[in-house]
Amino acid sequence: MSQELIRLTNLVMEFDGERILDSINLYINDKEFLTLLGPSGCGKTTTLRVIGGFLTPTSGDVLFDGKRINEVPAYKRKINTVFQRYALFPHLDVYDNIAFGLRIAKLSEKEIDERVTEMLEIVSLKGFENRKVTSLSGGQQQRVAIARALVNRPKVLLLDEPLGALDLRLRKDMQNELKRIQQAMGITFIYVTHDQEEALTMSDTIVVMDKGKIQQIGRPEDIYNEPKNAFVADFIGESNILDGVMLEDCKVKFFGRTFACVDKGFEKNEPVDVVIRPEDIDIVEADAGHLCGTVTSVTFKGVHYDTIVDFKGFKWLIQTTDYCPEGSYIGIRLNPEDIHIMKKSEYSGMFGDYSSYSAEYDEIADAEGSEDEA
Amino acid sequence: MRKVNRVFTILVFIFLYIPMIVLAVASFNKGTDIAVFQGFTFSQYKELFRDNDLLRLLGNSLIIAVISMAVATVLGTIAAVGIHSMRGKMRSAVMSLTNIPMTNPDIVTGVSLALLFAFAGILLRINNVLGFWTLLIAHITFGLPYVILNVMPKLAQMDPDLAEAALDLGCTPVQAFFKVVLHEIMPGIISGALMAFTMSLDDFVISYFVTGSGFVTLPVEIYSYTKKPIQPKVYAMFTLIFVTILLLMVTMNLLQARDSSKNRKLRHREANR
Amino acid sequence: MKRKWLSGPYVLWMVLFTLIPLGVVFYYALTDSMTGEFTLSNLASIADYWPIFLRSIWLSIIATLICLVIGYPVAYFIAHCKPTTQRLLQMLIMLPMCISFLLRTLAWVALLEDTGIINSFIAKLGLSPLPLIRNNGAVILGMVYNYLPYMILPLFTVLMKIDPRVVEAAEDLGCNSRQVFSKVILPLSVPGIVSGITMVFVPAVSTFYISQKLGSPGTILIGDVIESQFKAAYNPNLGAALSLVLMVLIFACVGVMNRFTNDDEESMVTL
Repeated sequence: MSQELIRLTNLVMEFDGERILDSINLYINDKEFLTLLGPSGCGKTTTLRVIGGFLTPTSGDVLFDGKRINEVPAYKRKINTVFQRYALFPHLDVYDNIAFGLRIAKLSEKEIDERVTEMLEIVSLKGFENRKVTSLSGGQQQRVAIARALVNRPKVLLLDEPLGALDLRLRKDMQNELKRIQQAMGITFIYVTHDQEEALTMSDTIVVMDKGKIQQIGRPEDIYNEPKNAFVADFIGESNILDGVMLEDCKVKFFGRTFACVDKGFEKNEPVDVVIRPEDIDIVEADAGHLCGTVTSVTFKGVHYDTIVDFKGFKWLIQTTDYCPEGSYIGIRLNPEDIHIMKKSEYSGMFGDYSSYSAEYDEIADAEGSEDEA
Repeated sequence: MRKVNRVFTILVFIFLYIPMIVLAVASFNKGTDIAVFQGFTFSQYKELFRDNDLLRLLGNSLIIAVISMAVATVLGTIAAVGIHSMRGKMRSAVMSLTNIPMTNPDIVTGVSLALLFAFAGILLRINNVLGFWTLLIAHITFGLPYVILNVMPKLAQMDPDLAEAALDLGCTPVQAFFKVVLHEIMPGIISGALMAFTMSLDDFVISYFVTGSGFVTLPVEIYSYTKKPIQPKVYAMFTLIFVTILLLMVTMNLLQARDSSKNRKLRHREANR
Repeated sequence: MKRKWLSGPYVLWMVLFTLIPLGVVFYYALTDSMTGEFTLSNLASIADYWPIFLRSIWLSIIATLICLVIGYPVAYFIAHCKPTTQRLLQMLIMLPMCISFLLRTLAWVALLEDTGIINSFIAKLGLSPLPLIRNNGAVILGMVYNYLPYMILPLFTVLMKIDPRVVEAAEDLGCNSRQVFSKVILPLSVPGIVSGITMVFVPAVSTFYISQKLGSPGTILIGDVIESQFKAAYNPNLGAALSLVLMVLIFACVGVMNRFTNDDEESMVTL
């Protein structure tokens, strides 16, 4: 990656005595696609609004190109925003919406025309110049919002759940489109979402947030494969999280058995959280398994089956293409690289138990996530 | 059931319009007694346009209405933006203040202002303090809440991101207000201004208490007429005013209807695409 | 954000011209008209005016109830018209308010007089004239006529807002049309009813012209008494005391009414 563009140091944000952001430290590189990911109320939108200049932090600094910009108002920042519900100006048509920022900057009409036309082409809205924005579909409004921000050639584009209002199909298309635009224009995108799949698909770097704190920063692969704590493990994808004890390097004990793993650097006999991804578990005959249990529910998911297996009262989620009927007694095998060890955290014991599993967990999570943030 | 209701509604409308009809008929009456029709004439209308006093009074009413509307609209719109950004106790305190003139009976508002002006007159040693300025102050005061209460809902309905989007695109806060927010809340401002204007033009009770002999509006003058026999040209004047407002309203209505049907068609076309 | 200071000039204005004037009313009510010294005699002498207070309240309650009974079906009818018709009817309701209410009241005098339009018509039929004016009934008629639009408009606004799907849901759950009305529509229109009652009762109880024209000396209302203290008898201190009592009375009524609805900022004075 290239050089650093934005840095947040010890950023704290309080509203009415309530701490929304708790010492956020983060740097963002030029031309990076960075995603702030977390459940609603985690502080991701607040972080974005601080960067955009709509909020002044209670303490801490915002640096842009090495200069402190805490007090610089939004309209003086070389940063533009794509708003959650687009915030297009209903009294202006498509062309005038896109030209808005350029007119404020008092560019010549000729240059405005060139840049708007170029932008319309980039977002594939040629021929829509004189349409009223209220007559456009959600996806088209989205494109206008992106064009309106990008036409000002900002160094950074902030996107606040820009795809939240679109249906699934359109969302997938727009994800690719956004990534393409970002690479073509070569500018920094800071993207806010609660959708982990969206974050994994598009980002160079993911910042996982919860309760106003950064939980983990890393590349998508690292976040998925090496979650730092139970919250991250549970929020990104599905995880079975168990209590274990690290006997020594590469040796962990849980469920009364010792397993080989690849993690090192823990104290001797340190209590840890053990993460096992549901798709990493191999189902075998009962007598060949490391552990044996009874299948309590099976749900067909298209690509795989969500199989819930009861191991001594603790229920695991296993994603497998092999169909095991309810009530069957099966065994599982775990390879050392399937076992991931995390240090204990405030989140230990809160996630990763599928005892109250419901086939609709995805939809429920989505409904919660789409609530507006404070 | 619906049929009964329709007949009932028609009867109520007749009830509402009977006095208008009486006034309109009286304006064409040859005699001076409103209750007895003695023959058709246009002479009341000719009289009316020769009567400079009556036209001057109408002018006074319009001057007060226009100025108080303008001041109340500007002051009220700015205030509404301020109140909109308030929270909690401060906001409810200001809204209670706004509701005082709305809840208080006109006569109490009029009396309290009259006493204030009398009091101020004594303090500042001004004789005859009541006149144009006191009238204007009173009209601005009761017009303001109408503007606030019409603009506030529009501010609440507005997507708060719109103003931020404007700031984001380089507008100063003042530019953002004029280029974006103002467009969004314009319908509220217009209806608030219209209500302030109508209330001012129509007001008798408050004006009656806060104006002196120096500057009189039409309704106040009519009150003094009604103590002596009324001149029929007054009927002619109000018939004209009535017809003017009727035409204005019908035109606005037709324009609106055409507008909304056009919008509907447009949306329909979009949906079929 | 210092945006809230934008309302500074407005707040200053309202304090100067609504709060302080009310303070001045207090001051006058509690001082002697001659000496300017503190006294409770103005408030004490209000006892003489209790019958008039009671009559004002009584007549306005009747007028308000009549407005509600007449206004509700009309508002209901308008709310169920096509949008174009709705706008037209709404406009027709507001239109009479643009004409001086003094003149409209005078037109009623012309209609109701002993030798007026209605009675001369009756005389032509060979019947004896009816006592249509200078009684409580005529005063109530004047109130109903003048303030009916203030009842219809808020009712209409609230009935318009009722989601037709709610009505369908009630039907789906087994309500007949009568139950739909009593269990769904009526409860949902309470805010409009409250606001309509307030908007009719307040001006009706304080009116001072209607009774002068349509009533008799025996039917004068509290508004007439207050007016005469300022314009005829010239005892502003007693007038202030009467205004104070009237105001307290009305704020108490409005306070009680508002307990039926909970949103305080939702107002019906918007177009």
